[in-house]
Amino acid sequence: MILKQHERGLTVLLDGEIDHHASKTIREEIDTAIYETVPDELVLDFSIVSFMDSSGIGLVLGRYKVMHENGGSIVIEGATQPIVKVMKLSGVDKLARIR
Amino acid sequence: MKVMNEFELKFRAKSENESFARTTVCAFAAQLDPNISEISDIRTAVSEAVTNCIVHAYKNGEGTVVINVKLLDGNMLYIKVRDKGCGIADVQKAMEPMYTTAESDERAGLGFAVMENFMDKLAVTSKPGKGTTVTMRKRIGNGK
Repeated sequence: MILKQHERGLTVLLDGEIDHHASKTIREEIDTAIYETVPDELVLDFSIVSFMDSSGIGLVLGRYKVMHENGGSIVIEGATQPIVKVMKLSGVDKLARIR
Repeated sequence: MKVMNEFELKFRAKSENESFARTTVCAFAAQLDPNISEISDIRTAVSEAVTNCIVHAYKNGEGTVVINVKLLDGNMLYIKVRDKGCGIADVQKAMEPMYTTAESDERAGLGFAVMENFMDKLAVTSKPGKGTTVTMRKRIGNGK
């Protein structure tokens, strides 16, 4: 996972497999970065994620809440077809902008 | 239906085994020559079923998860995931999308919804204090 701070906020390049086992560490690292940088926009980049189950939805919804509490927004980027399929089932695409 | 091939996988309900379980089932199912989308559906559905065992069934301690996979004639894949954990008091309620008893762990409550949508058939039987059995079926390649 690579964190990159930019003008509008924070981009997180996620990698590997996002399941229940991996999501705890991922969310802790992202939340630490959010509290440290207070971004207006959080971009979650899924372009090199090889697998995601509904644990990834929990991850996105949780970060949405954190960002929403601080008046920020969340963007999902680079999600491949299987990941988009899980996201659409959850309706998370209505909360976060997918591009 | 005639069983063409089958295997059983038994492992400790540890989150480290989630990836192992879904990968192993998909490797076996590859004998039915699924396409990438079908493999992805199977991988995700198995991951949800196994995660449920770890997060919910054995939330109060350790236990074992058993997966049986059968390749049936007509290119049908049959998967059974069993635990001997706490069981589910109200299966119908548990299957409602977004319903979860593990909000603190950021569970989305979508496990059964994913299994139902990604596989052709899903059945859940459970007895409180005895455990839960999830069975799923998916016809691969339109039964080629």
